[in-house]
Amino acid sequence: MRIDRRTLLRLAGVSLLAGAGRKVASALAAVVGSGPSAAPPPARRWAMVIDLPKCLKDESCTKCIAACHRAHNVPLISDPRHEVKWIWKASFEDAFPSQESTLTALTLRGKQVPVFCNHCADPPCVRVCPTQATWKRPDGIVMMDWHRCIGCRYCMVACPYGSRSFNWVDPRPYLAELNPDFPTRTKGVVEKCTLCYERLEKGQLPACVEACTPKAMAFGDLDDPKSEVRRLLEARYSIRRKPELGTQPEIYYLV
Amino acid sequence: MRDRNLIVAGLVAFLALLTFPVWYNRAAGTTSRPPELKLPAREKQCVAPVSYMRNSHMQLLIRWREEAVRQDVRTFTAADGRTYRISLTGTCLNCHSKPDFCDRCHNYAAVKPACWDCHLDPGQIQKARGTEYAHR
Repeated sequence: MRIDRRTLLRLAGVSLLAGAGRKVASALAAVVGSGPSAAPPPARRWAMVIDLPKCLKDESCTKCIAACHRAHNVPLISDPRHEVKWIWKASFEDAFPSQESTLTALTLRGKQVPVFCNHCADPPCVRVCPTQATWKRPDGIVMMDWHRCIGCRYCMVACPYGSRSFNWVDPRPYLAELNPDFPTRTKGVVEKCTLCYERLEKGQLPACVEACTPKAMAFGDLDDPKSEVRRLLEARYSIRRKPELGTQPEIYYLV
Repeated sequence: MRDRNLIVAGLVAFLALLTFPVWYNRAAGTTSRPPELKLPAREKQCVAPVSYMRNSHMQLLIRWREEAVRQDVRTFTAADGRTYRISLTGTCLNCHSKPDFCDRCHNYAAVKPACWDCHLDPGQIQKARGTEYAHR
């Protein structure tokens, strides 16, 4: 049998189409097949609510700071150029500059309020990190991978809250007591509050919340209508730090 | 061929010089013997077979690192079905001694892993404190 040029081209075209069709079919099957079998991760939106009137009853209290810094091996460096902090106190005007002229500021002016990483819904630090050493977890935690941090400090420039510290020196000589369950950091990486991800996975509350004896800090899932944080936010007036920047902090302050 | 003796003597001297390190180590008793590792007393089986761990523990640790820190996967299922918590200080150092196991081999092989720049050795802290370390 002789095959003329036209038949050959037609056969080649048909077989090519058949091959491509099979590829498409298998790809579609993979997409459809993986859809329902992959269980969705538990929807969580961690948030913290700080009751300022309760917190400010004892302005000299630093239990949250001590508990956090002990749990995470945060060094105590007196030189302010080198200091490392995860949670610290700032004056109300510095923490909430856009609240300056409102009535809330009258009662809170000059008071020292606890501040830390806001675990923003739209975190600018994550957007600028060139190595994805910091990223947003599905549960809302703005996480750090110190293995990957190259110490470029873009995130420190991007963060409008000053929540990040850089290790200018080896932190170990500045640690009075070491907690072996958590690593220290090394010279040349950036660090900040990680919302106690290592405690959450064990079902414990963040160290600062647990240490707060006046119970001025509440922690929970904002997606859960029955959670304590939701209940507090529905009942009381709350403010967030620098809301005009659109970073959507997940740390709320009751005033 | 009047220099035969000279040439042979020179060759012998050259060979002696070339093989000197071998003889020297043999005489000093420091012949290239592998480091003596202190194996864990209570466990017979690591998370993977010895041959795999010997060659590829670093790949396993990097996988563990990525899973624990970035993917929030905290348990490792071994080939024999046993499950382990993914943790360098909590699982590895729970059996192995850093100075008598990790360091001995790393020193021998002249490698300097950066793990210990940040991760702590609970045994060392326990010794410094003089207290028993219980992993939570």
